[in-house]
Amino acid sequence: MMNPVYIALIPLLPLAGFLMLGLFGRKFFKETSGIIATLLLLTAFGLSVYVAYDYFTHANGGVYPKTIAFQYTWLRFTDTLSIDMGALIDPISVMMLLVVTFVSLMVHIYSLAYVKGEERFATYYAYLMLFTFSMLGLVLSSNLFQIYIFWELVGLSSFLLIGFYYNKPSAVAACKKAFIVTRFADLGFLIGILILSFYSGTLDFATLINTLTTPESAAMKNAVTASFLGVSAISWGMALVFIGGAGKSAMFPLHIWLPDAMEGPTPVSALIHAATMVVAGVFLVARLFPVFALTTPAVLEIVGWVGAFSAIFAAMIACTQTDIKRVLAYSTMSQIGFMLFALGVSKYGGENGLGFTASMFHLFTHAMFKALLFLGAGAVIHYVHSNEMKDMGGLRKLLPITHITFLIACLAIAGVPPFAGFFSKEEILLAAFNGNKTIYYVALLTSGLTAFYMFRLYFNIFWSKEPATQHDKHHGEGGFAMMMPLVLLAIGAAAAGFIPFGNFVSSDGAKLESHFHLAFSAAPVLIGLSGILLAFVMYKKQSNKATNLANSLGGIYKTVYHKFYIDELYLFITKKILFNLIGRPAAWFDKNVVDGLVNATGNATTMISAKIKGMQSGRVQQYAAYFFAGVFGLVLIFLYIWK
Amino acid sequence: MMQPGLYHILIISAALFFIGVFGFFTRRNLITMLMSIELILNSVNLNFIAFNKYVWPHKMDGLFFSLFVIAIAAAEAAVAIAIIINLYRSHQSIDVEDAGEMKY
Repeated sequence: MMNPVYIALIPLLPLAGFLMLGLFGRKFFKETSGIIATLLLLTAFGLSVYVAYDYFTHANGGVYPKTIAFQYTWLRFTDTLSIDMGALIDPISVMMLLVVTFVSLMVHIYSLAYVKGEERFATYYAYLMLFTFSMLGLVLSSNLFQIYIFWELVGLSSFLLIGFYYNKPSAVAACKKAFIVTRFADLGFLIGILILSFYSGTLDFATLINTLTTPESAAMKNAVTASFLGVSAISWGMALVFIGGAGKSAMFPLHIWLPDAMEGPTPVSALIHAATMVVAGVFLVARLFPVFALTTPAVLEIVGWVGAFSAIFAAMIACTQTDIKRVLAYSTMSQIGFMLFALGVSKYGGENGLGFTASMFHLFTHAMFKALLFLGAGAVIHYVHSNEMKDMGGLRKLLPITHITFLIACLAIAGVPPFAGFFSKEEILLAAFNGNKTIYYVALLTSGLTAFYMFRLYFNIFWSKEPATQHDKHHGEGGFAMMMPLVLLAIGAAAAGFIPFGNFVSSDGAKLESHFHLAFSAAPVLIGLSGILLAFVMYKKQSNKATNLANSLGGIYKTVYHKFYIDELYLFITKKILFNLIGRPAAWFDKNVVDGLVNATGNATTMISAKIKGMQSGRVQQYAAYFFAGVFGLVLIFLYIWK
Repeated sequence: MMQPGLYHILIISAALFFIGVFGFFTRRNLITMLMSIELILNSVNLNFIAFNKYVWPHKMDGLFFSLFVIAIAAAEAAVAIAIIINLYRSHQSIDVEDAGEMKY
């Protein structure tokens, strides 16, 4: 067994970096904060690689054990119910360690050039470190409440980083929106945690899963028989936990914060809103997967449908957006939808657990190519100083490295063999085919849309028209610090698919042979290729084909372009309905009744004292007369009334 | 010759008390007011001694109380006269009507 100190160091190094840069960064490490943070992250990444190597080479009889590397009891309520801080080491947490530290390291290096010269350079790195610490703590959580604590911490660091350009009103609005929407979802998560811990009597993952998957246990009988609105308590608990996950993972209808979150610096979008934090919801479902699959399959089915719907919904919107980061944001939402419905169609154990493996595999490859896409988009934005597609075009000669790496990422996400996305998407589609045919067809259509909008993006940025001449050529492509992460991630996006993922991650810990069917993969690949071809025809050269198509679709195009008016719907519900029906009456009640009572007390006191202040006349003999009258009154009382 | 009984003494004490109260309310001169207070205190002393003598002749509590009252009256007179002197220095008067600043 490996030394727990190494595992503890992985999250603690970023924490140390955060404290150091956060407290002293602006004064002492103004120039060096980036280097310090990157070196700390490099160490953490090295340790993660070592831990992963050590873990995956020590399978116990073909099954990877779930072990608690260390655990510290923080708050003890009863003998079994306690909030612990610990590290749970199992295949998915080890995989997440690798993903988080690797992408975070890439983003740290990239930011050295991207955020250079920014006034709050050190603060930026402090926030990045805080995020990395929280995310690592989240994936290592051994306790349901620990995951909640880190869940809120990643939400906080996401909030801080989205609002990094705090003098930009849109960024401030976006960070508030992200925080409020995810916080709203986290309320569901918290209630879910309380329900689950109430019935199982524990917060510890291993015990919790064990209790809630044993139908004979007393806790389980209680949880199944107790019901609310005809649904058992355990189903409510799991559904509410999933609401928390859906909020963080930007699933419909809680997705509205993700596109706006693109107001943050682009490397942050790559790290938080593409590769790591937004997959926390997927991770949460995967963490509790045995309970979902064995005890509440109905809730798991909901997970699947929410995922599938979000996937196609976001893919349709992505086809119409013109801000390149927003296209990527919707694409992220769509891909997370893939991961979630892969979990949704999966069952527990053995061959039937293919969806679980596929979901984790896609999470892994998606982290690579989506981070690459965002960093590539960052390089483009850095060069043209605009997020809009119309300001780009013909950049392939000016940004050769970005062009090639971006193309690799696009091929990967479109599912073209032999790039990474092909393998993971293939597994997901296979799992969906075996699990739920409707979801399979939705997924197939979504893959076609994915290929189309990704290549629409690609052709619009790098081909389409001659480059505009006004681009300032002074900083070229952005130097080594920006290109190295692109190249490394491109290698990942190209080659990660060849990892035999089933050997490492599966629903029950045993190795899973992944089968590869050539006949099966023909359909998705053909659909993907036709999507690419369509994008090629429409966007390779500047033409009005796309505009014509948009015009001929008329109202449909407009609806999709406005994101199905979901934001407007939310505004309507909050501003018009909630504010008018609840907010205003509550404000009225507060202003008139609550404040009125307080003011009335004050006014009454003032009025009465104005009336009676004349009694304090300053004349000693008058006071003596009051005193005497009082004594006389008392005498009368004692003589005639009291007796 | 008739021995004075409890009631005689109580009548004198009550008369003394009300003379004192009357003086305290009607006089404007602070020294006279102080003297009125002394009258009130002494009427109380008389009460103590009379009750002690006629009701519990074997006990001394009433005597001790009147001794206390005399001591406290002396201390009170000292304090009051000090106040009156200070008041005279600041107001050039010891008329109680002239010292009415301590009001609302």
